[in-house]
Amino acid sequence: MNPREYKYTKEHEWLFIESDRVSKIGITDYAQSKLGDIVFLELPSVGTQVKQFDKLGEIESLKAVNDIFTPVSGKVLGVNQSVINDPGIVNSDPYGNGWLVRLEISDLPEVDNLMSSEEYDRFIGL
Amino acid sequence: MSLSYIPNTYSDRTAMLREIGVNSVQELFQDIPEKFRHVDIRLPPAMSEPELIEEIRHLAALNLNLNEYTCFLGAGSYRHFIPSVIGHLIGRSEFYTAYTPYQAEISQGTLQAMYDYQSLICQLTGMEVSNAGLYDGSTAASEAALMACRITHRKRVAVLKTVNPGYIEVLGTYIRGHDDSLDKIEPQSRSLTSDYSCLIVQQPNFFGYFEDLNLYVQAAHDIGALLIVIVDPISLGMFKPPGEYGADIVVAEGQSLGNPTNFGGPGLGIFVCRRDYLRQMPGRIVSRTTDMSGEAGYVLTLQTREQHIRRERATSNICTNESLVALAAAIYLAALGKTGLRHVAELCYHKAHYAASEINKLKRFRLVFEAPFFKEFVVRCPISPSEVNKILFAEKIIGGLDISHMIEDSTLLCVTELNTKKQIDKLVHILRRL
Repeated sequence: MNPREYKYTKEHEWLFIESDRVSKIGITDYAQSKLGDIVFLELPSVGTQVKQFDKLGEIESLKAVNDIFTPVSGKVLGVNQSVINDPGIVNSDPYGNGWLVRLEISDLPEVDNLMSSEEYDRFIGL
Repeated sequence: MSLSYIPNTYSDRTAMLREIGVNSVQELFQDIPEKFRHVDIRLPPAMSEPELIEEIRHLAALNLNLNEYTCFLGAGSYRHFIPSVIGHLIGRSEFYTAYTPYQAEISQGTLQAMYDYQSLICQLTGMEVSNAGLYDGSTAASEAALMACRITHRKRVAVLKTVNPGYIEVLGTYIRGHDDSLDKIEPQSRSLTSDYSCLIVQQPNFFGYFEDLNLYVQAAHDIGALLIVIVDPISLGMFKPPGEYGADIVVAEGQSLGNPTNFGGPGLGIFVCRRDYLRQMPGRIVSRTTDMSGEAGYVLTLQTREQHIRRERATSNICTNESLVALAAAIYLAALGKTGLRHVAELCYHKAHYAASEINKLKRFRLVFEAPFFKEFVVRCPISPSEVNKILFAEKIIGGLDISHMIEDSTLLCVTELNTKKQIDKLVHILRRL
């Protein structure tokens, strides 16, 4: 199930606000199941500034490569080194240990442009 | 219009035209101006097969061939001995007509040959990973420059002025298409700034002499740029491989490894790099793996870099390579082995040095550069190099490349193991009279 406290994009990324402006970004369970075995991730370097829905990185499975877009604008605070070393974690735990990037949100109202879990469930036809 | 080599029947074609809403084939092509649609091609009357063979033989005889002419021309395409085993093996139908081995289970022979090629090229250059080959040396150098831009996220490319001018032109074409910029740098230049993605150096350079690579490795790495080295693969039989002095990407024209000069092609783009950059590498890569029953098997790998998957974001949109030429190179390296390749390189070196020193003894000819060289060297002539070449040509000798537009009255001469002492002495003898 898609966690209730998360927000979602049409490109199948999720956003979770940890505190104040600090958030985590990942891809949804639906996305990982469609991609299949994930083998490589290219994530931005710390300090990179991104605008809402800009490309954040690339995710590569055995047979496809997709862009990852950022759900909100902000500054990259950190990337998850464990998924870079073992991308399979994104498949096994997309909402937990499989997070990708920690971001400082620069424009909080942008979060309203994202889908709630109910909206996302409907979006993917659950 | 009924053409015997088009398999569609009249009714097939009518159905297709109806489907797209066009009444006739003529209407289909109406966007092409009338005058280009009905070009009058005046062909001679048809010939019988024996007549045709005679005609083609006559045309072929109009070409010069290097079995009848002595050649001192190099400048990027080199004449080296080609062991007979190469023609025999690459002529086998399994190799000769093989297409891209996407389907690994029916392409093990082709895949294994490519894997062996990659392994040999890695050994030769001292680098970690090789692809299965690109078009030629100049496009390989260009792909390397684009790769460096991707890796460093920078848009400027520096190339040393002593790199083959043909390569610099191709680089310019590639880089223009990517909105990156290309700067030609003077040797020993201190003008490198930290917005450059790479420095491209040729070793030995276009004029045949060796660059101080330690200097350029340092210069590139100091600004966080990659060092791209263009090498002569034959020279690596004798000289230090680029992997040992810190090159990040190494490219080369592979024609000299077991392939004829032809009309300047086909070539082979050798492309090797450090393992860290594997995912940014252009072209195909073959890997060795183990199948379900534990047997070794070969397969195309890391295909997500390529255009059939990554489309316009692929590491290169030229995915065709020169497999047959690469195969010839692999067989060449395997046939010669380490000592054989060293022997070829030493023969080139010693013969070229004999020729250079004999020419330098002539009153009116001078070597332009004093730096150590391999098999090519620049000579200043007392008359224009094109005149020299005309005189040589009358004696059935193809002279050096006229580079007087770069260095006054100068010619770039090449000597390989196939040039005999007698040929060199004859060249010197003719030059002495000028």
